[in-house]
Amino acid sequence: MVETSYYLVLAAIIFTVGATGVLLRRNALIIFMCIEMMLNSVNLTLIALARQWGNLEGQIFVFMIMAVAAAEVAVGLAILIANVRHRQSINIDEINLLKW
Amino acid sequence: MSWSLIFFLLVGAVSLAAALGVVTSRQPVHSALFLLTNFATLAVLYITLDAQFLAAAQVIVYAGGIVILILFVIMLIGGDTNDFSAAQRAWSRTVGIALGIILLLVISYSALSRMMGPSEESAALLRGGTPEAVGIELFTKYILPFELVALLLLVALIGALVLGRQQEGAGEGIPSVKANE
Repeated sequence: MVETSYYLVLAAIIFTVGATGVLLRRNALIIFMCIEMMLNSVNLTLIALARQWGNLEGQIFVFMIMAVAAAEVAVGLAILIANVRHRQSINIDEINLLKW
Repeated sequence: MSWSLIFFLLVGAVSLAAALGVVTSRQPVHSALFLLTNFATLAVLYITLDAQFLAAAQVIVYAGGIVILILFVIMLIGGDTNDFSAAQRAWSRTVGIALGIILLLVISYSALSRMMGPSEESAALLRGGTPEAVGIELFTKYILPFELVALLLLVALIGALVLGRQQEGAGEGIPSVKANE
């Protein structure tokens, strides 16, 4: 049986890749995918720790996170499309109305 | 080295490579397909972690729903929008990678307190994470959060409809994003 800490390290690396992607890329869609990836790596830690402690609550939590991620994707992509209609761009450097 | 460890390393390597592919691809479509690979390999890892129901849900919700939605949006707004990598700010790449390395070090340090695999009795408590086990928990102890999640999904559905609605009198549809500035 594989040690739990291996899963935690793998999830940490995937999370870091996602976070770095959010910092590096300028395409809003790709930033979106990186956020999904970070959510997924956290799911992996929750499931690994659920196995570690023999507690199903971690898996229930992952179920809830999946629902929230689905809602987030629906609303986020709708915002993206509305922005594309107005500005013809998905470059986040140009989406700066809230910046002073 | 046991077979399960070799299997974990193989699947983990594929997952990590797919994650890197998401970040480094030029085209959003390639990123989306790498993301699909990443989700699928994570579903495989869920099975090795006694979470059968969540592995199925991962494939259905993420691979079947979210990636398809992202691909639809790429189709709508045009896939040729390549990277606007910040040419005007050369420092952003260095800063991003440095912050990533710091984050990785911190997380790995906290995760490296060696946790062995579960004991026999705690593995038995998990009951393999079958739909039956998860469902009994979900519909007895966590029934209120479950209903709230249903409400959340309804609100998200209405919100997406309102946001994505065509404006009155604007009949020209979505123009494709013009090429890189």
